[in-house]
Amino acid sequence: MVDLWSGLAQAFWLVVTLNSELIEIALRSLRVSMTALLIASLIAMPLAALLAVKRFRWRRVIIAVLNALMGLPPVVVGLVVYVLLSRSGPLGVLGLLFTPTAMVIAQVVIIVPLIASIAHQALRDLWQEYHDLLISMNVSQWQKIHTLLWDTRRALLTAALAGFGRAIGEVGAIMIVGGNIDHATRVLTTAIALETGKGDFALALALGFVLIAMAISVSLSIHWLSGTEREGRW
Amino acid sequence: MVSGLFPVVLEGAETSRRGRVLVGPIDLTLDGTGICVFMGPNGAGKTSLLRLMHGAARLTAGSIRWACPLAQARRAQAFVFQRPIMLRRSVRQNIAYPLRARGVARRIALERAEAWAERVGLGGMLERQAPVLSGGEQQKLALARALITEPELLFLDEPCASLDGRATREIEDILLTARANGTSLILSTHNMGQARRLADDVVFMLHGKVHETGSAADFFARTRTHQAAAFLKGDIVE
Ligand SMILES: Nc1ncnc2c1ncn2[C@@H]1O[C@H](COP(=O)(O)OP(=O)(O)OP(=O)(O)O)[C@@H](O)[C@H]1O
Ligand SMILES: [Mg+2]
Repeated sequence: MVDLWSGLAQAFWLVVTLNSELIEIALRSLRVSMTALLIASLIAMPLAALLAVKRFRWRRVIIAVLNALMGLPPVVVGLVVYVLLSRSGPLGVLGLLFTPTAMVIAQVVIIVPLIASIAHQALRDLWQEYHDLLISMNVSQWQKIHTLLWDTRRALLTAALAGFGRAIGEVGAIMIVGGNIDHATRVLTTAIALETGKGDFALALALGFVLIAMAISVSLSIHWLSGTEREGRW
Repeated sequence: MVSGLFPVVLEGAETSRRGRVLVGPIDLTLDGTGICVFMGPNGAGKTSLLRLMHGAARLTAGSIRWACPLAQARRAQAFVFQRPIMLRRSVRQNIAYPLRARGVARRIALERAEAWAERVGLGGMLERQAPVLSGGEQQKLALARALITEPELLFLDEPCASLDGRATREIEDILLTARANGTSLILSTHNMGQARRLADDVVFMLHGKVHETGSAADFFARTRTHQAAAFLKGDIVE
């Protein structure tokens, strides 16, 4: 209990004094995970829409694989990305290992299946509802996808937020590919792991509270910006 | 407006699903003058046949030939489904949707949508979300959304099934106006009064096949088959 309270107090002080190190780490967390979310969404949403409206041979297999990959252990992803990016690996020449870019790559791999699976479910249900109408109106494949994406935007937002939550709270993969290097690849979760290892529970807890607060405020501001909870349609 | 779609000729047309024939084989020629009403008991295959002709159900045997190329024929048609399908958008956006999909400028599409909403009596609820409309309002919306593209042929699958007497009147007036403007209408109905009021031609269906066809005057005066006679009397048709 004492640790929780002192953690909370320390978090409060770190925030109100605008602790420069904290801000740097927090902003890096945000930047890495936001970038990963953006890229992952650009891959996952159209993929989900395609899987919903188009019948092709590997469709079922891809859906099953995506669903299975939702529970992918981040450590394994980190390991694979590490091997690919390491100096002797196939992408070694890019020199990306131990950079924020490597962390973004790992997080994209982790959250694409999650976002695509949730999005696909919503899109598929709506497609069943809309199918006859859109077929009747002879809309193009592109218009179909556009319409479905637009009319499921609430569910897609939820999918994206789930992806963001997984990305920002993830530690196993980015620890491996980022290396938790001070002023370069240290983010909130890896810093927490480090401080816990050192036995500085109060600081670790403080970072943890900042992480939670950040996740909540991102979620709230996205909801607020998109106005989803205001209209009260249903 | 002279319609380029007709005559449409169905030869042995069939649609089946998982090996079960839903409707067919159908041999039928429609010349598209005025309003053709499809009648028959529940499960006779009216919906399936309308969908088949429209291209919303797959042709699994036989042929359907329009007087123009298929792609052109499809573009000149619209369909009002038995269960209205509402896009999760406002009434205005719903009605404007087919125009937007055809590349009509947003402002013009929305203006025309407003005019159509007015005509079907939805003028006061343009901003309402379509899925929360009442069943009858949804049917009116579906009708406006179908007519906004000015189709040469409009399919209507029981368009007045959940409307009250007055709304039915209003819809029938709109349909008659459309017919007067040269739109061909193919509609199914269980409402005998509506069939008598609207039909120019009648197709009577039973057990997935066309059982009897004829002009409305002939059909209602003296049916040729005892099943159709029984149906008109309101008896159970075997
Ligand atoms: N997608 C489908 N899969 C399996 N069976 C179907 C499907 N659609 C229709 N049927 C069956 O085909 C038959 C004809 O149905 P259809 O909807 O065409 O009848 P209908 O004449 O329109 O009836 P109603 O007057 O009740 O609307 C019915 O027995 C129905 O159960
Ligand atoms: Mg029907």
